[in-house]
Amino acid sequence: MVAIETQLLRKEFGSKTAVSDLSLSVKQGEIFGFLGPNGAGKTTSIKMLLGLTQPTSGSATLLNKPIGNREARTEVGFLPEHFRFHEWLKAHEFLDLHGRLYGMSKSLRQNTIPDLLALVGLSDNTQTQLKAFSKGMLQRIGLAQALLNSPKLVFLDEPTSGLDPLGRRLVRDIIHDLREEGTTVFLNSHLLSEVEQTCDRVTFIRQGQTLDTIDLHTYRPEKVELTLRVGQPNETLLAALKEWDETVQFSPASGRYQLTLPHENKLPELANWIMTNQYTLYELTPKKLSLEELFLKIVSQEEHS
Amino acid sequence: MTTLIIAQLTIQETQRRRILWIGGIMAVLFLLIFGIGTHYIFLEWEESNIVGETFDIVSGLLLSAGLYVVNFLIIIMSVLTSVTAVSSEIDTHTIETLITKPVNRWEVVLGKYVGFAGLLLLYVLLLAGGLILIFTLRSGLVVHNIAYGLAIMVLQGLVVLSVTIFGGTRLSTLANGVFAFMLYGLAFIGGWVEQIGSLLRNETAVDIGIATSLIMPTEILWKKALSLFQPQIATSTSFAGPFAVSSQPSDLMIQYAVAYTVIILILALFSFSRKDL
Repeated sequence: MVAIETQLLRKEFGSKTAVSDLSLSVKQGEIFGFLGPNGAGKTTSIKMLLGLTQPTSGSATLLNKPIGNREARTEVGFLPEHFRFHEWLKAHEFLDLHGRLYGMSKSLRQNTIPDLLALVGLSDNTQTQLKAFSKGMLQRIGLAQALLNSPKLVFLDEPTSGLDPLGRRLVRDIIHDLREEGTTVFLNSHLLSEVEQTCDRVTFIRQGQTLDTIDLHTYRPEKVELTLRVGQPNETLLAALKEWDETVQFSPASGRYQLTLPHENKLPELANWIMTNQYTLYELTPKKLSLEELFLKIVSQEEHS
Repeated sequence: MTTLIIAQLTIQETQRRRILWIGGIMAVLFLLIFGIGTHYIFLEWEESNIVGETFDIVSGLLLSAGLYVVNFLIIIMSVLTSVTAVSSEIDTHTIETLITKPVNRWEVVLGKYVGFAGLLLLYVLLLAGGLILIFTLRSGLVVHNIAYGLAIMVLQGLVVLSVTIFGGTRLSTLANGVFAFMLYGLAFIGGWVEQIGSLLRNETAVDIGIATSLIMPTEILWKKALSLFQPQIATSTSFAGPFAVSSQPSDLMIQYAVAYTVIILILALFSFSRKDL
């Protein structure tokens, strides 16, 4: 089942194109990362999906219902990037208000709200007005608000921007719990390490266009950077390794070679070659490309092309 | 349902931000001063033995002056309380968590309107109703058409509310405030131009007044309310002071004001429903 489907979604503000023909598909139960540099059109895309902004052209569905449709938002939760709320409300009143807007019954609200306050670590602040909350506490109460209706789909726009490491851990744990419950999470975050730890798939966008979509569980980069340490490093070996990679580097301080192979399947070949040539192999470590490096690579590739 | 929830939220906000209480306390203070002042003025007149038509006219002048201030306060309160209602929540993004719920956008704006309209009704009843009550009790004079007149004053506030709520969907908070007050100013000066034009029998001046009443029908509603409360004083040919009504506003004008209020409100609901946030 598809949770989000967009087809050539486009938004123009006068002569400026904020989102250009965005097409993506997010499966139900997936934790989906939405990545791109500043001004890539991420927030505008989310706003279009949530009906805050009208698309210039294209179409999209949320949980198989057209965007902008009131019904489409019944099972959707949203934590906005700018988590500004009615600060004169107390925490409990704030969640009660949003529960009423979701159409939740009084008894359901009475049962759900204390649990959610406990989940985000605000049980002691039930009767505190939001104006007395810190930035992190506001983000926590905003997260609780996004989960009030036990949504099937949650949009989290920069959900950890105001949080300390403990708060970030909490958000990660909540996202993991949501995954267990089969909830789809659409995550927009600049903290790529967070995305890497939580997402199943990520889409990279730039100027409102999808550059690439990667499954983080199965992704294997074509080129492999690796670190090599042998028992007898010398100039002959360095020259020989240039046959494998012309840009190979040797660091005398660490006694390690750094080289890049064109594919993962070259790794056993290299290990065999080293041992066949009577070198003692101490270390051959392929370096996993971090999401940040991947992000920079994909975005810069597109810039150069 | 959403409209009622937002209306409650709007009223709750005025309570929490102490707008309601400050407004209430100041209104009571205003009535207290008016009451004390009225008492001593009547005491003086009684001692001076002012009676007959002179008494009626000067008493009417006192009531008109009080109602004039009340009317002005109602306009000010209507603008000040509602001017930030939509635009400020758009600017701060507060509105985003509300309208991403399964609600229609127009319900949110209508809810705010209903909330402010309820407060307006309360304020008119307290201030104008209280003032008329004090005046009647002390003077013993009859104030006519009280319910109808108060309803016209409420309608005047609703006109202003429609304008500020509509402005809030399109303009920044400050620009909206300037827009609403300038429109009121336009209607005010247009009313005076019409009044003076009528006395001088200058048709152009009268036409300008009528045109401004069509642009913003607040002044004409004030005149209507005044002529309802004191028909014999406000429309007296022998009394052409600042609170005189040279020509009785027609019922058609009231219907126009009602239509104006509804149409501007519908425009506000439509405008916000289509707005990119």
